[in-house]
Amino acid sequence: MTAPTLTHLDALEAEAIHIMREVVAECERPVMLYSCGKDSSVMLHLAKKAFFPARPPFPLLHVDTTWKFRAMYALRDKVAAESGMELIVHRNPEAEAQGINPFDHGSRHTDAWKTEGLKQALDQHGFDAAFGGARRDEEKSRAKERILSFRSASHRWDPRTQRPELWNLYNARKATGETIRVFPLSNWTELDVWQYIYREGIEIVPLYLAAPRPTVERDGIIVMVDDERFPLRNGEQVIERTVRFRTMGCYPLTGATESNARTLPEVIAEMLTATTSERQGRAIDHDQPASMERKKAEGYF
Amino acid sequence: MADAYAPADARAAVEAFLAANQATSLLRFITCGSVDDGKSTLIGRLLYDAKLLFEDQVEALEDGGLDFASLVDGLSAEREQGITIDVAYRYFATDKRKFIVADAPGHEQYTRNMATGASTADAAVILVDARKGVLNQTRRHSYIAALLGIREVVLVVNKMDLVFNDQAVFNLIAAEYRAVADKLGIGAVQAIPAAALHGDNVSRKSAAMPWYDGPTLIEQLERIPVRTADAAAEPFRMAVQWVNRAGQDFRGYAGTISSGCVRPGDTVRILPGEARCVVDRIVTADGDLDEAVAGQAVTLTFTEEVGCARGDVIAAASQPPSVADRLDAMLVWMAGEPLVPGRAYWLKIGTQLVSASVARVVDLVDMATLEPRHGEALHLNDIGRCELVLDRPVVALPYAESRDFGGFILIDRASNGTVAAGMVQALPDSAGEPAAEHGHGRILWLSGAPDERIAFARRYQQRMQARGRPTVVLDEEGLQVGLNSDLSGPHAEPERQRRIRELARMMSEAGLVVLVATDMPADERHGTSVDVSKGDLPDD
Repeated sequence: MTAPTLTHLDALEAEAIHIMREVVAECERPVMLYSCGKDSSVMLHLAKKAFFPARPPFPLLHVDTTWKFRAMYALRDKVAAESGMELIVHRNPEAEAQGINPFDHGSRHTDAWKTEGLKQALDQHGFDAAFGGARRDEEKSRAKERILSFRSASHRWDPRTQRPELWNLYNARKATGETIRVFPLSNWTELDVWQYIYREGIEIVPLYLAAPRPTVERDGIIVMVDDERFPLRNGEQVIERTVRFRTMGCYPLTGATESNARTLPEVIAEMLTATTSERQGRAIDHDQPASMERKKAEGYF
Repeated sequence: MADAYAPADARAAVEAFLAANQATSLLRFITCGSVDDGKSTLIGRLLYDAKLLFEDQVEALEDGGLDFASLVDGLSAEREQGITIDVAYRYFATDKRKFIVADAPGHEQYTRNMATGASTADAAVILVDARKGVLNQTRRHSYIAALLGIREVVLVVNKMDLVFNDQAVFNLIAAEYRAVADKLGIGAVQAIPAAALHGDNVSRKSAAMPWYDGPTLIEQLERIPVRTADAAAEPFRMAVQWVNRAGQDFRGYAGTISSGCVRPGDTVRILPGEARCVVDRIVTADGDLDEAVAGQAVTLTFTEEVGCARGDVIAAASQPPSVADRLDAMLVWMAGEPLVPGRAYWLKIGTQLVSASVARVVDLVDMATLEPRHGEALHLNDIGRCELVLDRPVVALPYAESRDFGGFILIDRASNGTVAAGMVQALPDSAGEPAAEHGHGRILWLSGAPDERIAFARRYQQRMQARGRPTVVLDEEGLQVGLNSDLSGPHAEPERQRRIRELARMMSEAGLVVLVATDMPADERHGTSVDVSKGDLPDD
């Protein structure tokens, strides 16, 4: 009898499950970061598989900025309820008190809500390992990050002290106060994620599919006017455009793509002919050279 | 790829693409060579031809046209210091396969980085400059690839345009390399003359080298066998990662299958112990399976309750893997702080974590000559053969037979850093030696607190079994259930002692090591007494 060879999606799925089980077995208090994006959705799906028939033995953590798309909040609450897992929503109280927002505060918005918020949540709950959906194909500095990526007690990432990762042996031993960011999707590409969502029928935020939406064009990027908090500048007009999103963040910072891809296969077809990388739609990466590496060193996921 | 999808029939075309693409396999390979050999250009070319470099990424690199060095040196920490810290992973795909490329920089850290990249690779792409031919560096790279178990090499003789696409030059280099590969035990070598800068023989046949009728690099990468396909034909083995206790009655053992296949009804053994049991279900979120094969992450249940925990290995009972507490291994030292023989490190093999120390450094590999040389410690990027002693037995196999049970890491107990990678070469004192060789059995009478006695007995039993010495534990609970269940009243105690003494004697005469872990007065013990609270371990 010839045994079936695993397909590339099977192999990536098995690898991610293996990583999750190792971390759950070796860490005391893991948590899964859940941002409602496509990578989070895939990660949660894999977690359900890894620990079936038990429920994934960790809570979900949403580090909220209060500026996500409304559709993301809706899916978040639905999916969390269906999974039966605990959902922890953390909002940085200082950012909330100061009313930090993407319109008035520029890059401080991401630093305060996401970077600081994440550190606060990890400290507050004593989580020692956090699963994140980052992939190595997303960005240069990610290509060299480990699957288990250690952070000092002050949450800093030092690329020079990364541990070698051989075979499927993950060394999760750490000193008190150190935490681990775990990236089970490290070896997935954007196309793998879409193919897997399609194969497994994973529910995603409808914003990934094209539809007529209220938008304005600002600084060369099309952004969606998702609620009444969006201040229009002089001369700006809200125009209905048929758009979709390749990546999902705070709505005022996320660039939309004009597209007619209303179904998953059409999205994948567009992807196959795409000429720009997905993070181009994220204003945050373009702030300054090596901006992602700097943000990561400071504790951004 | 793009042209096939006109908007009108996008959906049908994509569905066809997805259906076909789901059947593609995954190949991991490592690229070896220095930047001077054109490695960055080659990787850039592979990504570029596979349309994996996007406009905005290319923009960031554009100063040097098709010079991909800045893509390869990913971290600003590296650019500032002009060094390459780490292995980088890159991804591309063709219609037939997905590829994960481990790109290991070829500088001072090459041993550590190459070993890391090669550990998960099915194949190595080794680059040489056609003007320079096979260099010492080429031999070193090939040695490390072979050490890490790579048996498929693609030799890319690059920059052929700079030697006027001369077939004789290529043939000479290919022949010289084949001799190197043969000596290292690398089974399959495909040599390809190429000019990565122009894409010649990378993804398209070169018009400039009509004399070459072999595959292009991409074609060769598409046809190299992937490892899981071989592993499926081997005996079933799976390390237990996590015990799934979903509800009161469910006990599942979660892990990734290392080799072979498993079906409900199969008899398996739980190692390093002796327990046998029968597989009941193969549980997955997509429903129970009739069969699972190497590479799949599954959860097994058994027909009856059995002691099985993280670190144990579930294996086909007919072909159990070996168990050992001494390992003869090649170590690649990866830390700035050198190896201290005798110091205790954590050793992780499969999902087993044990304390281990290096008893002896046998010799080191001279990386200039690849010959053994004398040495007593290992420093950063040294490779050496060592004898390790473990504090308890683990399932281990020679690396050549199993990457999963032959590859291990050493972890520093103070810093928690991964300090070495190890490849088991042999199992001295290994299981499988016939018991008869060790001669007669013996009796050990254990004293001390009851719980400690039992724990000691189980530990010692494992250790003896690992050396191929059948060992039995007589404990109060086990004796009370069967042999002594009829005893009660005033004369029960002397009779209990008599039965145990006789049973122990008969078993030891039959060649067994007998550990008596039940209460016994000192003067009734005939044999060696061991006070477990003192922690003294009888010699074998």
